[in-house]
Amino acid sequence: MPEQLVFAMEVFLNGLMAGVLYALVALGFVLIYKASGIFNYAQGVMALFAALTLVGIMDGQVPFSHLINAVFGTEIHHFGWHLPALLAIVLTMVVMIALAWLVNHFVFRHLVNQEPIILFMASIGLAYFLEGMGDIMWGADIKKLDVGLPQGINSAIDEITFGIFDYGFFIDNLDIVATGIAALLVVGLVIFAQYTKQGRAMRAVADDHQAALSVGISLNYIWVMVWSLAGFVALVAGIVWGTKSGVQFSLSLIALKALPVLMLGGFTSIPGAIVGGLIIGVGEKLFEFAIGPMIGGATENWFAYVLALIFLVFRPQGLFGEKIIERV
Amino acid sequence: MLDAGQTEENLLEVNNIEVIYNHVILVLKGVSLNVPKGGITALLGGNGAGKTTTLKSISNLLRSERGEVTKGSISYRGERIQDLAPSELVKKGVIQVMEGRHCFEHLTVEENLLTGAYTRKASRGDIDADLQLVYSYFPRLKERRRSQAGYTSGGEQQMVAIGRALMSRPETILLDEPSMGLAPQLVEEIFNIVKSLNEKEGATFLLAEQNTNVALRFAHYGYILESGRVVMDGPAQSLRENPDVKEFYLGMSDDGRKSFRDVRSYRRRKRWLS
Repeated sequence: MPEQLVFAMEVFLNGLMAGVLYALVALGFVLIYKASGIFNYAQGVMALFAALTLVGIMDGQVPFSHLINAVFGTEIHHFGWHLPALLAIVLTMVVMIALAWLVNHFVFRHLVNQEPIILFMASIGLAYFLEGMGDIMWGADIKKLDVGLPQGINSAIDEITFGIFDYGFFIDNLDIVATGIAALLVVGLVIFAQYTKQGRAMRAVADDHQAALSVGISLNYIWVMVWSLAGFVALVAGIVWGTKSGVQFSLSLIALKALPVLMLGGFTSIPGAIVGGLIIGVGEKLFEFAIGPMIGGATENWFAYVLALIFLVFRPQGLFGEKIIERV
Repeated sequence: MLDAGQTEENLLEVNNIEVIYNHVILVLKGVSLNVPKGGITALLGGNGAGKTTTLKSISNLLRSERGEVTKGSISYRGERIQDLAPSELVKKGVIQVMEGRHCFEHLTVEENLLTGAYTRKASRGDIDADLQLVYSYFPRLKERRRSQAGYTSGGEQQMVAIGRALMSRPETILLDEPSMGLAPQLVEEIFNIVKSLNEKEGATFLLAEQNTNVALRFAHYGYILESGRVVMDGPAQSLRENPDVKEFYLGMSDDGRKSFRDVRSYRRRKRWLS
């Protein structure tokens, strides 16, 4: 087998893994957009906030410690415990649910029936608020997150591929685990949305607020539920990305990578977020590998956006987006 | 003079309510009406008369549209209901079928119907039984149960909306403009179903309708609204025979059909209020 082809295969696999990570972020967007028509700009910051909170709780950091110390002249920083990862994840989830309730109660509940652009602006505000909140609560330094996910090269794949191609593929264990988690998440969410009473109510709210109200569905309850789910997805994304590249501000920028994924997969489709993520991941890696060297590289920065642009022209609802039902 | 199936017990009493939208726009200026148990009560009037607003203030869908009942009271079975959330009203047995159908377009017909049972804590068997009941009234929906509601016809969507309300096991159905945008034959079909739901299932209806002719044929009692006020009420039979109703709402007069345009302006001004 020609060497180039083997390289391409490795690039392809790595692209798939990267795509799964993008999809993980995109999922959170889809959930909220589907149920409330809000394009939640804060999704990336939510992932950052979740990761910060998780690290803080695990390490027993005192929230707002800088503020407290500055005001009262004290010197407290740590509770002095070190919690097991699983417990810390559960506690972080509680925080995310509380956040979901607060966001709905203080912001979006009051914006029912407003224009999408107003909701979008509110979510931008929320993003900056959360970003600042994360800093004040947990400090702005870069933190290391380790919840025990395996990391490093997967030696089994390395050996097998070496046996076949005489060339060992470099696949990160973390990426493999992330793929598994993402797959579980998607299957879970699809089952929830399609086959449960609350999931059906969620889709009903997405279609028509007023009609949902009229049959006795409580919008506030559904919205808190959806924001909690998005918080959960953000937490998962935060864990995976945080483990990969440390918990720091740039984590919130992965939201920007989710945008082309959404345009490709469709804003309203859960499986679409996954497929869109995979296409973007594979596409940008392969493009960089094949075409990149000819045009000076660094194509990964823009490839996804150009692909999204092309999609917007030819299929604005995305690959799996809900058909815009128009009757005449 | 009460028709068959109607008792004197009032389920719903609306007492002199005033409704204001956005804190400034006065829409209802003192509407009072009673809905007797087991009856079909019609709310008639032209565009903008306040029919929909009256229904929405009862079902409390008003608040999500920035409307507010500022005066008067609404009670159901003697209990004040105007501060209850729509979901609590649905649990009490009052459900509104909104004007213009409002189906969940991306849900299938059957899923639409199932959302109607959202507030119920019934077993799957009970809900399935009710689903079959709805299909027995609307056999067409059974054929189309797997299609997305957004792709069904206007008549079918109206059936979905009514069927969905039935799934909540309501005692009182507030039906807003069921004839809107439907062919006369379908209007007849829908009203016949309403009638048989009223007779066989004992459902009480409060019906807002512009199609005075059809509504007065099926209802027991009627209220006529104009510019946010009740200007006339009475048993359907007597409304049908009232010369003013005939002339202004049924387009007829003693000398046959007549266009409203030909009515002299002084006569036009004689419309019960002012």
